[in-house]
Amino acid sequence: MKKISKYFTNEDYQKKIIPFLSVLLGFIMGALIMLFSGYNPLEAYSALLKGAGFYGSIKRFGDTLLNMTTLIFTGLSVAFAFRTGLFNIGAAGQMLMGGFIAVYIGIIFDLPRIIHLPFAVISAGLAGALWASIPGILKAKFKVHEVVTTIMMNWIAYWSVYYFVPNYIPGNFDTESAVIKESASLRTDWLSSLFKGSYVNLGLFLSIIAVIIIWWILEKTTFGYELKAVGFNPNSAEYAGMKVNRNIVFSMMISGTLAGLAGAVYYLGYTNNIKIGELPTQGFDGIAVALLGLNNPIGIVFSSFLFGFMNAGKLFMSASTEVPKELIEIIIAVIIFFAAANLMIKGFLSKINKVIYRKEGEKNV
Amino acid sequence: MDYVIEMLNIRKEFPGIVANDNITLRVIPGEIHALLGENGAGKSTLMSILFGLYKPDKGIIKVRGKEVNISNPNIATELGIGMVHQHFKLIHNFTVTENIILGMEKTKGLSIDIKSAAKRIKELSNLYGLKVDPYAKIEDISVGMQQRVEILKMLYRNADILIFDEPTAVLTPQEVEELMNIMRRLIDEGKSIILITHKLKEIKAIANRCTIIRKGKGIATVDVASTSTEKMAELMVGHEVNFKVKKGEPKLGDVLLKVDKLNVKDNRDITAVKDVSFEVRGGEILGIAGVDGNGQTELIEAITGLRKVESGKIILNGEEVQDWSIRKRNELGLGHIPEDRHKHGLVLDFLLEDNMILENYYKSPFSSKGILNREEIRKYSDRLIKEFDVRCGKGSKTIVRSMSGGNQQKAIIAREIDRSPQVLVVSQPTRGLDVGAIEYIHKRLIEERDKGKAILLFSLELDEILNVSDRIAVMYEGNIVGIVDAKSTDENELGLMMAGSKGGNKNEKNI
Repeated sequence: MKKISKYFTNEDYQKKIIPFLSVLLGFIMGALIMLFSGYNPLEAYSALLKGAGFYGSIKRFGDTLLNMTTLIFTGLSVAFAFRTGLFNIGAAGQMLMGGFIAVYIGIIFDLPRIIHLPFAVISAGLAGALWASIPGILKAKFKVHEVVTTIMMNWIAYWSVYYFVPNYIPGNFDTESAVIKESASLRTDWLSSLFKGSYVNLGLFLSIIAVIIIWWILEKTTFGYELKAVGFNPNSAEYAGMKVNRNIVFSMMISGTLAGLAGAVYYLGYTNNIKIGELPTQGFDGIAVALLGLNNPIGIVFSSFLFGFMNAGKLFMSASTEVPKELIEIIIAVIIFFAAANLMIKGFLSKINKVIYRKEGEKNV
Repeated sequence: MDYVIEMLNIRKEFPGIVANDNITLRVIPGEIHALLGENGAGKSTLMSILFGLYKPDKGIIKVRGKEVNISNPNIATELGIGMVHQHFKLIHNFTVTENIILGMEKTKGLSIDIKSAAKRIKELSNLYGLKVDPYAKIEDISVGMQQRVEILKMLYRNADILIFDEPTAVLTPQEVEELMNIMRRLIDEGKSIILITHKLKEIKAIANRCTIIRKGKGIATVDVASTSTEKMAELMVGHEVNFKVKKGEPKLGDVLLKVDKLNVKDNRDITAVKDVSFEVRGGEILGIAGVDGNGQTELIEAITGLRKVESGKIILNGEEVQDWSIRKRNELGLGHIPEDRHKHGLVLDFLLEDNMILENYYKSPFSSKGILNREEIRKYSDRLIKEFDVRCGKGSKTIVRSMSGGNQQKAIIAREIDRSPQVLVVSQPTRGLDVGAIEYIHKRLIEERDKGKAILLFSLELDEILNVSDRIAVMYEGNIVGIVDAKSTDENELGLMMAGSKGGNKNEKNI
């Protein structure tokens, strides 16, 4: 009993179960909404699970992993910035720039795969880092808030791609680029055939490596220690002799690198070309992924899997049942709401605990 | 006898700790009742229960003879109980009036009736001699004035039982004096006051009776006039307390810190430190006294590297360091116990062990080649916790934010002293600490001095300066008005110098 009880009272444990509770509440709420509007929630959810490949088709499960891959990168990007005291809303723009550079290299150069692919991927990371370094420098030098600058940088990225794609790497349509050469693609035959034709690609492994590296930097290195100290309290970091401004720029650049790599895995692994006139929504979803994953690299794997399977499954659900796919958006919104309103849930947990305890007490008396 | 407040056999448990264990507190109408105890003894918990922030596990609360159930602060307010918290709860870009009426705004048509509220505040302010301007913005007024706004907030809500939680911790000696006058006025007007403090001097000066708690248990309620300070201290700590630290003659070494014609500007770009020069030798403690805001903060920041120097030299261990980075100064042998422990001293959201290595994390054995060595960090932190008696719920893995102020301070002192720097700049080391902790910290500072280190001690507490220092410099308006020998001076002389007169005029009495 004690063991369960600590999940209700101990703050550390509370923090860990809140995301799971939020997800549960989100699905319950979704079910209620379906009941009220005359749909069958069981049917809808089983279609959702089927659509995400939990049973039935392994290709669909591959698509879930494909969705997850990009979200791991953008989620890590936002979370890394959060952990170091920065709010990077510009993951979308950094991802777009990273993706654009990757696609550009993928189209223009003609190289053996062993060089071409790493070249494109690394360049995407660097492009993201460079794009994010501008808000970082502005923050360090002039104290301009990064929320403002990263949003602006999103639109600069948007319009730059809008200009560069049709002028330098035009494709069959005005609105998209040419297709990258196969030597720059992250797709591989063995993965595609393993998942029966899904576009799940090498990016999946890259994302797992990124999770491990980011976890390692934050938890094990003096560099991560410094970045976190600056994030929590720049004054005491300065007092301790750390270079606060330099660390702000570094933080933004690492965050940007991750977002840039999100661009690489998305455009080199999934779309194989780049469209103009859209900011990738994964950049913004990264904020929700980071929030639900408690800004913890391991947590982000879980939360991006959740978002990944809902994205993958929603189309199948709306196609095979009467339930509109917007319902998924509602569920996601509810989950995020509960995850953000964690104080409220903490209050609930304490109350539940009190009730349990009181009952136990009565028994003892 | 009639009591205005009775808290009978109160017990409150938190996970793993009994904060209040069978405590009884009775307050007579019209008295100032002190609540005395060490940091973490359970004073604040007890008052939070009275104010409706916590619910007691056991015990009865009576207000004016009637048993009550105070389940939230609104009920406390209705019962006429008001509280001035240690950390003020004010909105900085609101005016005094806006802050006071917050939560109970009266409206006139669609807009808030500020005018009549301001008028009432003005009246209250005059009645109690508070001198508060109802239209001033909080960010523009001094800390002492902000505290009076908090007092007015209670009075505006017609409180007649006033709880003050460590009200003097943030005040200068002058402001403390004014606060005491205000408290006397409040009593004259029929209010009752509960004063939470661990400063015996203040209790002696103003309180009628005093309830002492130790480690969550009620120890005694004594009559202040007939109980000696020593006795109260003993009851609080549980053993005898030495107010005067023992120290031998200083064994002077080389000059380790020399400041030469230093000029420093403050945030408003006004010169705050003017042509300041002094020397500190190894084996001595130079105290720097002065009323808050006379350039001490800027001087500390210049020496430690947090602030740019306009002109002049800082010579540390024989090296000119005024243009050096903070880290280089630290490596050369500078330690700093900062004035504001939350702003500079600690990363509150870090674990205690991570705070213990804040300046040394990049050195062996805490890390090698950029990789932290968690085991060594834990070992080191555990040792400091034990050696400096830092009390914390989960040892090295405690989040610092959850620790009491006194123990946070001990953690900083442990970290800085253990680095054993040649020159230690110490600012307000015992602010907000209880006598037991103060005694200990003073002892450690003197031990460092006896090891041949140079210590520069900034404090607003004259007692502390007089007790610990070997020589005392007094700062006034950015200048050092004089440096005197600690043994041959007294509060009177220092007081005069703090008001700007040159040292050595012992005959002048009126300040």
